[in-house]
Amino acid sequence: MSDLAVRAAPARPNFNGLWVAPPLIALGLTFLYPLFLIARAALVGDAGEIDVGGFLSVLHSRAFLNALINTGLIALAATAGCLALGVTLALILAFVPFPGSTFVARLIDTFIALPTFLVTLAFTFLYGSAGMLNGALTQSFSLSEPPVHFLYSAWGVILAEVTVYTPFVLRPLLAAFSLVDQSQIEVAGLLGAKPWRIVRNVILPAALPAAIAGGSLCLLLTVNEFGIVLFIGAKGVITLPLLIYDKAIQESDYQAACAIAMVNIALSLGLFSLYRFAARRLGG
Amino acid sequence: MTSAVLGAEAASARIAAQQLAADSTVKFDAVTVAYRGAIVLKPLTLDVAAGEILAMIGPSGSGKTTALRAVAGFVRPASGRIHIGGADVTDLPPYERGLAMVVQNYALFPHMRVADNVAFGLKARGAAKALIEERVDDALRIVGMQKFLKRYPRELSGGQQQRVAIARALAVRPRVLLLDEPLSALDAQIRRSMVEEIARLHADLPGLTILYVTHDQSEALTLADRIAILKDGALSAIGRTSDLYRRPPNRFAAEFLGRANLLPVIVEGNTRKDGMVAVRAGDDRLVVACDGAPSGARRLLCVRPQHLTLAAEHGYSNRIGGHLREVLWQGELTHLIAEVGDTVMRIVATRLPSLPERGAPLDLFFAPADASLIPEEAGV
Repeated sequence: MSDLAVRAAPARPNFNGLWVAPPLIALGLTFLYPLFLIARAALVGDAGEIDVGGFLSVLHSRAFLNALINTGLIALAATAGCLALGVTLALILAFVPFPGSTFVARLIDTFIALPTFLVTLAFTFLYGSAGMLNGALTQSFSLSEPPVHFLYSAWGVILAEVTVYTPFVLRPLLAAFSLVDQSQIEVAGLLGAKPWRIVRNVILPAALPAAIAGGSLCLLLTVNEFGIVLFIGAKGVITLPLLIYDKAIQESDYQAACAIAMVNIALSLGLFSLYRFAARRLGG
Repeated sequence: MTSAVLGAEAASARIAAQQLAADSTVKFDAVTVAYRGAIVLKPLTLDVAAGEILAMIGPSGSGKTTALRAVAGFVRPASGRIHIGGADVTDLPPYERGLAMVVQNYALFPHMRVADNVAFGLKARGAAKALIEERVDDALRIVGMQKFLKRYPRELSGGQQQRVAIARALAVRPRVLLLDEPLSALDAQIRRSMVEEIARLHADLPGLTILYVTHDQSEALTLADRIAILKDGALSAIGRTSDLYRRPPNRFAAEFLGRANLLPVIVEGNTRKDGMVAVRAGDDRLVVACDGAPSGARRLLCVRPQHLTLAAEHGYSNRIGGHLREVLWQGELTHLIAEVGDTVMRIVATRLPSLPERGAPLDLFFAPADASLIPEEAGV
């Protein structure tokens, strides 16, 4: 045996840990530092002192509470709509064979790629005051005023969000449905279960993790939706992102804007944690 | 008075039993199935008696599973009709056929406990709560899984899951039980024990008609009253299990159902009064059961490896001369490979006298009743 074999090799410095430094620096510069600036702007007054009172007064304002309630209600309603539409479409696309079903699924998928304002613009052409629907109704019934106004209300925002975000539910559901064991469905049918019972007792429980993950993602996205709400410009429909925009751009009240932004960030991170927890817990 | 009442009850029970038995017959009436224009099941006509176990065997793509799926209602026949209990069910959806099925991968509902899995069919059929509890208890007792009713399928072994799947099928008291390769996912030891359990189960439920699809001939031989062998989407052979094994009607049936030695022979002379006929294999003259072939016809002599011996048995034995090529010891059995002319023959023995050297001449003996003649063609 040679000396080389028995002599302990000198310890070499381990620099592997340094690989984490570049992403941490990038994260710090692009996210954490701006976040710190927002938090500071929210809590520090014009005189440069901590101003918790100012922060709390923003949170107690009528405008903030209304925006918070609007944001929550619209996000919940849109998510419920996305789930209802997504589950229905996914069931049809996965289990009701018809020619062109793959094309339809891909067409729905393309909504993910479209900018949100485009859907809103299309809705304006369809359901707006001078849109096709109102035009047809006004002409057909010789009306002096357009009869359909829902687009300029919270319902218009919800409908647009459902249209834009349903693919986020549809895609994981289709993936989950494709994994449902076909023999479970067949055996259930032979045991006497009619189609609706099979959907309720066999298919949907198997797809529950995907539905929860997709729904959570929708909730997260709709809470932060800005473009659709701004573009529709519905009267009295102010959500948190829109209120931040108003405070910062229209009123130049940066402390208020940042205070509301802090709440919005906390809400988003809370929902994201919930989404991750649900996805991990349910295997999504 | 009492005896009259008892007599009436017995009569009504007998009528009910007859009715139940009549309800569980299956009839394929020239059933064909096609996928995208390609015929995968050629016209199949077949009757399954009430309480019978019919095994459908065949290689992959033979149409056996398709035939079963047609009975279940999962595929619609391109032509022909399917009758269950005398009623035409061809146009009925699966949930109205009164059947149950056990499949290879168990198909248990993973989010339901064992009890809920077994109760599923009863709930789907709108059974009363008390009846559901009684039937679930009964079905789990039959398969020995009473202690596991609160477990989820993932907490059970493969064999236990298959028992639950069988219990789920039995709980609805199906007219016909469809078994589609139910033991294929189990390892050999559990499979053997499950085959015995299914045999015991059928002994306990003699009125239950079972259609059993498998590619495992030993399962079919152990369980089936009759076996249907399918090949290339057509029925190649059907018969009582022992008859089909001892007297296969064609080469495919002989080779698919167990091992068979097939020795080319020429028929010599006419059939004797005892149904036997003389045939010539090379220099050897043999006597075997006749299949009606005329003198001079070419046939294959089919004799199973375990029916060949190295010494003449009591009574008359045919003798074939050959040479020993190989000895394969397999523990309980020893396989001898011999050459008879150009044909390789296999002998399976449990006990052996001293063996000749490899390449040495070897005499093989078999009783006339243990061999049959089959056409040289492979069969349908």
